[in-house]
Amino acid sequence: MVPFAGWEMPVQYSGVIDEHKAVRSACGLFDVSHMGEIEISGDSAIDFVQFIMTNDIERIADGQCQYTLLCREDGGVVDDTIVYKFNIDRYLFVVNASNKDKVFDWMQQVQAKEKFPDVSIEDLSASYAQIAVQGPKAIDALRPLLDVDPADIRHFHFHLGLLAGEIEAIVSRTGYTGEDGFEIYLDPADAPALWKALTDSGMPHGIRPAGLGARDTLRLEMGYPLYGHELADDITPIEAGLGKYVRFSKDFPGKEVLEKQSREGTSKALVGLKMLDAGIPRQGYEVQSGGKTIGQVASGTMSPSLEVGIATAFVKPEFKAAGSTVEVVIRGRAAKAEVVPLPFYKK
Amino acid sequence: MDFPKDLKYTKEHEWVRVEGKTVTVGITDYAQDSLGDVVYVELPQEGAAVTKHEPFGVVESVKAVSDLYSPVSGSVTEVNDAIIDSPEAINEDPYGDAWMIKVEIASNSELDDLLTADEYQKFIEEEK
Repeated sequence: MVPFAGWEMPVQYSGVIDEHKAVRSACGLFDVSHMGEIEISGDSAIDFVQFIMTNDIERIADGQCQYTLLCREDGGVVDDTIVYKFNIDRYLFVVNASNKDKVFDWMQQVQAKEKFPDVSIEDLSASYAQIAVQGPKAIDALRPLLDVDPADIRHFHFHLGLLAGEIEAIVSRTGYTGEDGFEIYLDPADAPALWKALTDSGMPHGIRPAGLGARDTLRLEMGYPLYGHELADDITPIEAGLGKYVRFSKDFPGKEVLEKQSREGTSKALVGLKMLDAGIPRQGYEVQSGGKTIGQVASGTMSPSLEVGIATAFVKPEFKAAGSTVEVVIRGRAAKAEVVPLPFYKK
Repeated sequence: MDFPKDLKYTKEHEWVRVEGKTVTVGITDYAQDSLGDVVYVELPQEGAAVTKHEPFGVVESVKAVSDLYSPVSGSVTEVNDAIIDSPEAINEDPYGDAWMIKVEIASNSELDDLLTADEYQKFIEEEK
């Protein structure tokens, strides 16, 4: 267990590699209760929600969720989040634990400045635990417990239902691993019982608990961003390669900057790197081309699926073409790496 | 957790096997367990000089990079290249297959402040 954002976090159970492979081949159970939940409700809630996010909430129906960025006026990312639409007047934003207070304050500031007096913004983080069940067998682990067939919950949709006959929960077909799976939000008082129930129902399907170590290697193999690495207050969604979650057909904070960047280009671009030489790239390591600095590693690890060092890195855009060779400086040694398209891991 | 009585230990979690003027060095069971899955190791070349309390190599788990600190000063006479190709041996057999380097020491005084198995075990209990 390690401390993180006021939580005691399970980094690993049986070992990162073992847990990682279990999620890719069978099923893993994650306690991600540290994630923050902020509810936005009220009469003009949809207008406020639409105003604060870069994606377009009008594109989803009730019972669906959507990935979006929240941006500052200068285009930097406040947080990345999944928004759940219950109905036109009620939304739940699932935010990063370390950003929760910042996002909450930022939402209140935008609300005051842009005059949305009828909207209520509530930090419900203490009212929700979150358990994620991820992997090709996740659906089989969940099926005996849920009041509907989990196969009927489509990708990026959610269901308000009952688990084990008595536990009320939000069950969404979402995840952060690149595998099929579900994220379950429930009263923290019910979480231990659900954890136990899923452990039992998942037993014949090879379920095992998985920690934050595996969560990180799984998400990085997919090229999914993690705040503090690929995203930050001084990184824009365009620089992070997340332009498809930015809709210029509507307004949002930072729109002008992002529009300019997407038109004229950026000074850095996020790429995937796969090591050709031995070594494991890590956050902050310098990236070079022909001995000259061209960027920095954002996230790096040994990929348990590919068994090679992989990284995301911000580099000067002229070096972003897949197939080119660059160097990662590992303890003073320039180790060769290839620029590759994301995701690293493909089924 | 296992701490063989015939070995000496350091507070930086290396073990030392003394055979005359040659000492064999590796990391302890406690160290490998704390690291988790070891996926990469970097060791010095044969003939390299190592200095007591100074890094002689690096071991990496999936999550983290850790320096390996030399328990003695001397010159490296042998390197276990096999663990470079199979670093998982460090988790599986830290006192056996996964020895790291052999070092020739100038004098036995190099060994003076090394810990016994009991002392080391007490030290990690206190560190927890």
